[in-house]
Amino acid sequence: MSDVSLVVNGRKVSGTVEDRTLLVHFLRENLELTGTHVGCDTSQCGACVVHVDGKAVKSCTMLAVQASGSEVTTIEGLANGADLHPVQVAFKENHGLQCGFCTPGMIMTTVDMITRHPEGLDETTVRHELEGNICRCTGYHNIVKSVLAASKTMAKGSKGKAKKAA
Amino acid sequence: MGVEGIGARVARKEDRRFITGAGRYVDDMVVPGMKHAAFVRSPYAHADIKKIDVKAAEAMPGVIGVLTGKQLKGDGIGNLICGWMIHSKDGSPMKMGAWSPLAVDRVRYVGDAVAIVVAETKGQARDAAEAVEVVYKEKKAVTDAVQALKKGAPQLHPEAENNLIFDWEIGDAKATDEAIAKAAHVTKVHIVNNRLIPNAMEPRAALGHYNKAEDHYTCWTTSQNPHVARLVMSAFYNVAPENKLRVIAPDVGGGFGSKIYIYPEEIVCLWASKRTGVPVKWVADRTESFLTDAHGRDHVSEVQLALDKNNKVIGLKVDTIANLGAYMSLFSSSVPTYLYATLLSGQYDIPAIHANVRTVYTNTAPVDAYRGAGRPEACYLIERTMETAARELGMSPAEFRRINFITQFPHQTPVIMNYDTGDFGASLNAAMKEADYAGFPKRREAAKKRGKLRGIGFSCYIEACGIAPSKAVGSLGAGVGLWESAEVRVNAVGTIEVLTGSHSHGQGHETTFAQLVNQRLGVPIDSVSIVHGDTDKVQMGMGTYGSRSGAVGMSAISKALDKVEAKAKKIAAHLMEADEADIVIENGELKVAGTDKSLPWFQVALASYTAHNLPDGMEPGLKETAFYDPSNFTFPAGCYICEVEIDPDTGVTEIVQFVAADDFGNIINPMIVEGQVHGGVAQGIGQALLEGCRYDADSGQLVTASYMDYTMPRADDLPSFKVSTSNTPCPGNPLGMKGCGEAGAIGSPPAVMNAITDAIGDNDLTMPATPLKVWASLKAMTRH
Repeated sequence: MSDVSLVVNGRKVSGTVEDRTLLVHFLRENLELTGTHVGCDTSQCGACVVHVDGKAVKSCTMLAVQASGSEVTTIEGLANGADLHPVQVAFKENHGLQCGFCTPGMIMTTVDMITRHPEGLDETTVRHELEGNICRCTGYHNIVKSVLAASKTMAKGSKGKAKKAA
Repeated sequence: MGVEGIGARVARKEDRRFITGAGRYVDDMVVPGMKHAAFVRSPYAHADIKKIDVKAAEAMPGVIGVLTGKQLKGDGIGNLICGWMIHSKDGSPMKMGAWSPLAVDRVRYVGDAVAIVVAETKGQARDAAEAVEVVYKEKKAVTDAVQALKKGAPQLHPEAENNLIFDWEIGDAKATDEAIAKAAHVTKVHIVNNRLIPNAMEPRAALGHYNKAEDHYTCWTTSQNPHVARLVMSAFYNVAPENKLRVIAPDVGGGFGSKIYIYPEEIVCLWASKRTGVPVKWVADRTESFLTDAHGRDHVSEVQLALDKNNKVIGLKVDTIANLGAYMSLFSSSVPTYLYATLLSGQYDIPAIHANVRTVYTNTAPVDAYRGAGRPEACYLIERTMETAARELGMSPAEFRRINFITQFPHQTPVIMNYDTGDFGASLNAAMKEADYAGFPKRREAAKKRGKLRGIGFSCYIEACGIAPSKAVGSLGAGVGLWESAEVRVNAVGTIEVLTGSHSHGQGHETTFAQLVNQRLGVPIDSVSIVHGDTDKVQMGMGTYGSRSGAVGMSAISKALDKVEAKAKKIAAHLMEADEADIVIENGELKVAGTDKSLPWFQVALASYTAHNLPDGMEPGLKETAFYDPSNFTFPAGCYICEVEIDPDTGVTEIVQFVAADDFGNIINPMIVEGQVHGGVAQGIGQALLEGCRYDADSGQLVTASYMDYTMPRADDLPSFKVSTSNTPCPGNPLGMKGCGEAGAIGSPPAVMNAITDAIGDNDLTMPATPLKVWASLKAMTRH
C-alpha cells in the first residue's frame, strides 16, 4: 500500500492505495469522480483522458502513486461553476456527442490540443490529433466540427475565458 | 415549425450531464455494501470440464464467495433462450442447444463463463478468479461455418446434427430457377460478409442487488430494453418473479444491438447477490467485451442474378450459410432469416426470388443483431451483385439500377415485404449531383497522373425499420409483441413527464421526444422530462433497436398525446363555456377558435387536478397511457456514393468523398438524424476497410481481442460526410417517420467496396479491404 497526495480540480486530496492502483481507479473509486471513464485495457480508447500538470494523460496508463504531488484536472473540474468551458459548449452546440461515454476524454484531449496549437487548427490536424480517442457513435464528423469551433472561440475569446452556458 | 417543435435543429437537453462528467452509467453506481465480481472463463474454444476446484480461490484475501454452474443449476436457474422460433423447410423446429449461464460440463467458446468470484475489490476478485482450478479436456474446435457443416467436423450440441441449427427457405424456388434457365445473362457472385464485434464504448456491466428484507431484486444493467430483460429473466431464467425484480438501465454508453440481449452475467450477478448476501457488481474489461458481446454478420453466400435481354432483373437466387456461434443468442435466429432475406429485393422490381439459409453452430461467441441486423447483409449482397452485373453488361451502374427500380407504391416483393412508399430515383439523383458524378472521369484521370487509382461506387439501399406489427412477427415466430408504450403525465403546474418504453443510449430521446410534446402542446421542451429505462417507473415497454424509437415509440407518445389533448379540450370547453369542437391548442394556450377567449395550458392542467369545476362525470387528473402497435414495417431508403483513391504502392485506400442521400420520412430533429447517419456510415466504412473479427482456425482463440488487434475506425481513417435527405413521409404511422439509426451502417459497405473494386478491377476482393489485401490483389493482377 502507498500513500498518495495530490490536487484534483483545485482540491487537496490524499489516500492510501494498493500499489497497482491506476490513477483512473483512484479518481473514480476513491474520489467518486466518475466522469472519467474506462473503455479499454490497452490505453487505446482515450475515454480516461485527464490533465496532469496541464498535460493530457490517459489516466489508465499512470499509477495513482505516479500522480502523487501533481495537479490533476478531470472533466468535472473543467467548467467554471455554472459557466461551461468553450470546448464543452462547442460539443453541445455541434452535436459532438451521442452516448456520452467517450465525451469526457474527447473534451479533455481537445482542450489540450487547442492549447498546444495556438496558431489554430485545420481538419487534417484535428483528425490526426484525435488518433488516441475512439468514438463509436458520431463517426467523428461532429467531433471534428466541435474541435474546430472551440478552437476559433478560444482564439477570439481572450485566450479561453469561459463562456456562459448555452 | 416552432423553434423547439418537429423539424427544429434543437441542441440536446441531455448533453449537459455528459459534457460535465455527470452522466450515470452502470459502473458509476455504488450501493452500500457492494462487492465486486470477476468471471472465470474458458481459455479453450471447446473442452469438457472434468473438475472445478474452488478451495484455493476461496482462501484468497477479500474473497466472499466462489460459485459454479452446478450450484446455479441446483438453485433452478434456467438456460438462456432464443426468443424467435424458426422452422426448417422440412417443418422441424430449430435445434436449440443448452446454454447454461455458467457452463457445467462443457465449454464451447473462448470466454464461456465457468464460475463467478465475488470479493471486496475488483483486483481481489480477479486474483482469486485466476486461482480457481478448472481441469479441462480439450476437444477439437471449429470456428468457420462452412467447415462446421462438413462431415467429420467437431460437433457442438447433441441436438444439432452436423452443427446445423436450421435449413430455412423463403420465396419461390421453381419460379426463380425458371427465370435463371431462360435468362439472357446470369451474374454469379460469391459474397462474404465479414464478422464484426460491436464495440459500444461502454463495456457491458451488471449490478445485482438482492434485498433480503423485502425479498426483492434490483438489477442495474447496460441494456437497450430493460423490460424485456426483466420479462426474460423472470419467465425463463427463474431469477425472480417479475413483480419482485426491478431492472434499471441508466445512461448506457452505446448499444448497436449488442445490449439488446440478456447475457449470462446479469443473471449470475443477481443470483450471486442472493447467494452471497451482498450486492454484486461486474464490469467487463475490453477483452471480455470482445470475447463475449454478441458478434455481428458472418455470412457466406452464393448468388445468381438472372437478367433478360433488356437488362431487366428477372430472378435472384441466394444460398447463404450464417454462423451463429456457440449458442443461440436471444434474437439470433431472426437476423439471417426475416431481417435478412425479406430485404433481398432491394430497391428493385424482381419478379422471382428464392433464398435458402443454413445457420450453423461454431466454437465462437454467439452472433446476433448488430446495427442493421440482417439488412446490411442483404444490402451488401444485392448491391455488390447489381454493381457486378452492370460491369458485366457494360452499363452505367446508375442507369442499370434506374431501369430496375421499383417506381409504383405500394409494392409487394416476392419475399413478404410490402414497400409502402419511396422515391428511389430522387435519392439517386440527389447523390449523383452532390458527388459530381459527371466530373468523375476527369478526377480519375487526374489521380492517374499522380500515380493513384481512383474508383467510385454506388449503393442504393432499402431496409425495414419500425419493427414491428405484433401479429405479423408472431406469425413468423417471434416470442414477443413488438409494440411500444407511452404514458404522458401532465402535472398540476402544467409541466410534463413522458414515460416511454424506448431506451436512449445515444439517440437523444430526451430532446426529440420533448420536441414532439412541444409541437403538440406548445409547452417548452425544458418543461418536458422524458423518463425511461426503469421498470419500476415505466409501464411495460419493448425497448430500442431496429430504428424503432421514432416510428413505434414516438407513435405511442403521439397516441397518448391525442388522449391528453382530447381531455384538456373538454376541460377548456367546459371552463370557457364553449363547444369542445371549437377548442384549438396553440402556443401553449387552449383557445376558442374565432374568439379572443383562451386559457393558458397550466390553468387547464391545474383545473384537472383541483377538480373543482370539471364536466359532469369526468375523472380528475390529466394523465394518459397508450400502446401503439404498428400496421407495417417502415422502409427507409437512399443512395450512397463513395469515391476512393488508392495508392498502388501501399494498398492504402483513402475515402476522398462519401455522399449519403437518404429518405427517412418525416424528421423530428435534422441535427440528430445527421449524427445517426454519420455514425452509421463510419461503422459501415469500418466494416469495409478496417474491421474483421478473426479466430484462429485450429485453436479457436480470438486473435482480435483488443484495440491493438481489432481496427476501430479512428478520426483520421474517415472523411467528413456529405449528408442530405429527400423525404417521402411514411403513410403507416401518425408521425410519418421511417427511422434513421441503422441506414448508414446498412448502405455504406457496398458503396465502399464497389468503389474499391472499380478502382483496382478485382471484383473478388473481400471486406475488410485492408492495405495488405488491396496491395496483394494489385500484385496478383499484375502477374497474370
